[in-house]
Amino acid sequence: MSHRLSSGGRLIDRATSVRFTFNGTYLRGHPGDTLASALLASGRSLLGRSFKYHRPRGLVASGAEEPNALLGLGTGDRFEPNQRATTSELFENASTTSQNHWPTLDFDIGAANTALSRFLPAGFYYKMFIHPRPLWKHVYEPFIRRSAGLGKAPAPESRDPDRYEHFYLHTDVLIVGGGIAGLAAAKAAGEAGAEVLLIEQTPHWGGRAPVDGGEIDGLDPEAWIQRTVSELEAMPNVRLRTRTMGSGVYDHGYALAYERIADHEPGSEAPRHRLWRIRASRIVTATGALERPLAFAGNDVPGVMLASAVRDYVVNYGVAPGKRTVIVTNNDDAYRTALTLRDAGLDVPAIVDARPEGGGALMAEARARGIRILTNRGIAKVKGGKKVKAVAICNQQGEGGVLDVIPCDCVAMSGGWSPVVHLWSHAGGKLTWDEKEIFFRPDPSRAPTGADGQAFVIAAGSANGHLGQGEILTDAANAGAEAAGQGTSSAPQGAARDEAPIAPVWMMPANANPALRRKAWLDFQNDVKVSDVMLAAQEGYESVEHTKRYTTLGMATDQGKLSNINGLATLAQALGEAIPAVGTTTFRPPYTPISLSAIAGEARGDLFQPIRKTPLHEWHEANGAAWEPVGHWRRPYCYLRGGETKKDAVIREINQTRTSLGLLDASTLGKIIVKGPDAARFMDMLYTNMMSSLKVGACRYGLMCSENGFLMDDGVVARLDEDTFLCHTTTGGAERIHAHMEDFLQTEWWDWKVWVVNATEQYAQIGVVGPNSRKVLEKLGGMDLSKDALPFMRWTEGELAGIPARVFRISFSGELSFEVAVPANKGRALWDKLFEAGEEFGVTPYGTEALHVMRAEKGFIMIGDETDGTVIPQDLGLHWAISKKKEDYIGKRAQARSHMDNPDRWQLVGLETLDGSVLPEGSYAIADGKNANGQRNTQGRVTSTYYSPTLERGIAVGLVHNGPTRMGEEIEFNKVDGGTIRTRITSTVFFDAEGEKQNV
Amino acid sequence: MFDAATTKETTRFEGLVTVEDTGLAGMITIRGARSEIGGAMSDTVGLPVPETLRVTTDGRRSLAWMSPDELMLFCGHEEAADLAARLAEATARAHALILDMSDARTLFTLTGAEASLREVLAKLTPADMRTQAFPRGMIRRTRLAQVSGAIWWADDGSLRVMCFRSVADYVRGLLCHAAHPASWVGHFRD
Repeated sequence: MSHRLSSGGRLIDRATSVRFTFNGTYLRGHPGDTLASALLASGRSLLGRSFKYHRPRGLVASGAEEPNALLGLGTGDRFEPNQRATTSELFENASTTSQNHWPTLDFDIGAANTALSRFLPAGFYYKMFIHPRPLWKHVYEPFIRRSAGLGKAPAPESRDPDRYEHFYLHTDVLIVGGGIAGLAAAKAAGEAGAEVLLIEQTPHWGGRAPVDGGEIDGLDPEAWIQRTVSELEAMPNVRLRTRTMGSGVYDHGYALAYERIADHEPGSEAPRHRLWRIRASRIVTATGALERPLAFAGNDVPGVMLASAVRDYVVNYGVAPGKRTVIVTNNDDAYRTALTLRDAGLDVPAIVDARPEGGGALMAEARARGIRILTNRGIAKVKGGKKVKAVAICNQQGEGGVLDVIPCDCVAMSGGWSPVVHLWSHAGGKLTWDEKEIFFRPDPSRAPTGADGQAFVIAAGSANGHLGQGEILTDAANAGAEAAGQGTSSAPQGAARDEAPIAPVWMMPANANPALRRKAWLDFQNDVKVSDVMLAAQEGYESVEHTKRYTTLGMATDQGKLSNINGLATLAQALGEAIPAVGTTTFRPPYTPISLSAIAGEARGDLFQPIRKTPLHEWHEANGAAWEPVGHWRRPYCYLRGGETKKDAVIREINQTRTSLGLLDASTLGKIIVKGPDAARFMDMLYTNMMSSLKVGACRYGLMCSENGFLMDDGVVARLDEDTFLCHTTTGGAERIHAHMEDFLQTEWWDWKVWVVNATEQYAQIGVVGPNSRKVLEKLGGMDLSKDALPFMRWTEGELAGIPARVFRISFSGELSFEVAVPANKGRALWDKLFEAGEEFGVTPYGTEALHVMRAEKGFIMIGDETDGTVIPQDLGLHWAISKKKEDYIGKRAQARSHMDNPDRWQLVGLETLDGSVLPEGSYAIADGKNANGQRNTQGRVTSTYYSPTLERGIAVGLVHNGPTRMGEEIEFNKVDGGTIRTRITSTVFFDAEGEKQNV
Repeated sequence: MFDAATTKETTRFEGLVTVEDTGLAGMITIRGARSEIGGAMSDTVGLPVPETLRVTTDGRRSLAWMSPDELMLFCGHEEAADLAARLAEATARAHALILDMSDARTLFTLTGAEASLREVLAKLTPADMRTQAFPRGMIRRTRLAQVSGAIWWADDGSLRVMCFRSVADYVRGLLCHAAHPASWVGHFRD
């Protein structure tokens, strides 16, 4: 049965039809329809089931506040649950499915919860499921998780195929909301010369005005809107954007807007969503107002809708929500719905007005049109299950005794309007209770303030509590002018409001009996009823925030847009407090849910995270590198050949390096240049050892500590000239240590003459390692690298194979070893030449794991393995690298503290298992007895542990209590399976203790 | 001196704007107080020392403000080493640090309508890309999505984007994504 009227529908194109499906059934709509209007036109009033009781639910609203009509939209990779039908535009072949029912929408087993609803009041789960504890995890939680929840998540293997992006914008004035208030504000601000961005969440300008009627500047609202939009489009300083929702307002004039570019064109090349990250000097919130439901029994039956939504569907989409609509209201505005329905030729059997005297001019007009008006009356209950069949009329002041039953198929309710104060409130704007209009409105004396101490958010129009067209336009034009820094502006002319006062109606009828209160919904999506809030009050919940969490009022995806005021008024009444004394819950961004993809923007797939690549990255990639992330770098862990395992590859790389020739890409090592007349003095402060005595041409290994004395980085320093040092840092330390240096130079020693530059990426650095390393470099030619010309811990400069190079004779492996630094663009050329020349030596590239094992065989420490932010150099036996002569260095004072200068600290030793096995990583050495927590006492822990192919056994180093004085002693380390491994304490140097291999 | 064996092929992407690798360029980092080294700098390079956030250029070389005590000289890649040595000599008596950093960074050239150039950059940088905030002749050091970078106008109206060489692939990807032909915003206008 079609509910499409034969004429009308200002937003749809009747000439064209659009095919879509709902639960597999083909339906038709028109371009311009929302999913909601198209479904309603097709006679689908039952669209889903409620969250807790699985009650049948249909459309309540026509916009962002809709709590019920959440659908699964799309298929496959483009499937998304919980899409709001009222704000989703219809498109060709849209696939929609209803949610939260089993097995079908029409017949749902979970609806049995409705029959039990008496026994499932607020807080039921909290009370019921506390004991016994094990049942929660294994019985209650799985059951509740299965019966609750809304839409289903997309399939785990599905991948979002669309594109997303961000857009940063700085502007003078951001205006949120493209109704007549937003348009008037934009015009005023634009004419005052400000740069203006006006955004509107729907695809259409003008908001409610074309539906509500009236006259602006002598024009029909539609004509005024068109004229104003063209005027604004012609202004060079104004930008307009539809399908863009003001999502959140944050400190310092920052705002987020969510543009849905291609939701209505799936598969388009355009980005699907764009997140606008806006800095505005002033933000005008022209976000309108939302109509409130009335609380009467059965107000959730499909067919009971907001009065404003009923006329939206008729005027905007030419859809009749019902043939016979009863209006129920506590204010004049709902009479507009009665008149609109009559104009469309639809039946309005009665207007039920809860006010004793009824309304004003609009009531008179309705009466003149012959509509039956019942004053001082309410709806006792709605009859019907999956759709409205009739309403029972009662005295509003009574307990619900039925006076009359009026058959109908739709109920249009209005409990008054609430300004949309969300964006005003996000950054701290306060509200004031308006007794006369019965709503919270922004308090301009307590606006969110910016860095200049001035309000940076200005509410305008109905969002500012003005409900008459004339008042809205005047207020909005003033807001626009104020935002642009001008006093006032000449406003468009509209009629002043002429309505009788609203009456507070928080329960219908006022003294409804408990049975009726249990069927009067406040929060439709989360199934919270008047009786639940009253129970919460009775159980001692006085704070609205606590009541919210106890009852889940306002916690659904609509975030209480419909339920907020009714809920807190009900609570206030139950507590015997005034509404402003109870207050509201906190408004938080986003205004309506925005996609996670929009937040991620471009950061997905290849652009998820920057990956730093060395000049040799492509070679590694083409030659079997198994990658290891080190900071944002990717370094080869090892290079896999044939079908070998990583372990085999590491063994092969080590053996080949120790016996002949290995190559290491060391480009990621930090390289920081420190220069100036005070550079030597600065170096002495940075490092624990003496650097000022380093000779030009020489290298020295050094340690850097934090102010608290903890070891934070290490590396080889080379003195380039009298005033210039080159500091090598760890791969992960380059940026951190550079910042550490700048920090001290800028804040502590600002008068020292030192410049530092992070030159890490200027160079490709290649470790040429092994007994044949000198031979291969000599084959390249150009530099004398003999033992006498370049002794250990010296550096030199020259050209290798025609490439300008700096060669450091340093070793982290114990082998004869050179590190060659060349300009990064020449790195690949040098690497290729080394391979060519090294072929006769079986040249083998090695990765980080071989590097780690070889350094461990030699007892060299690794920042991040032997250190963890709590270790000082003295713990690692590095006393030799701590200058006794220097008056000061960063960390010196801290290392003199009693806890640091303490022989009881665990200290580094070598560890050899008696059976030759490899100790587990992170293993602890057990000690006698248990601690206060009943845990086994410990006396040490492993910091590095490897299989050593050189020694053909497991080796490890670790921190052990009094370790260095316990050489040869055997202790037990624990294993994951509960057993222990007997282990001997040894020197940390396992291989070539005399250093003969590198001394050639 | 474009060494094909050691440098990626130049890439080109055409979308809202054209994104190209600029190729090798000389880049010399200069640290020193303007009052101490400004004169020697200007004489050696042949360019006036730029004001805050500005770039001076003669078409061949450009001198860019990087911070209150840092400049960067852009020149031919082949002359960088020699020029760096001459600058070091000219400023030898002052407290200055001159470093040839030509290989540490990667440059991209973006060409197209000025409004489109601003728009593509505005998808990646939180810096204000409006004409009044980022006029011709200006350089901004800023962030491009998740990495640091710099952007400035060349005197032919094209835009230069600079990042560290290790993240060149990432930044190239960002620029091409932001310049996707179907992603026009239409906020900035010529």
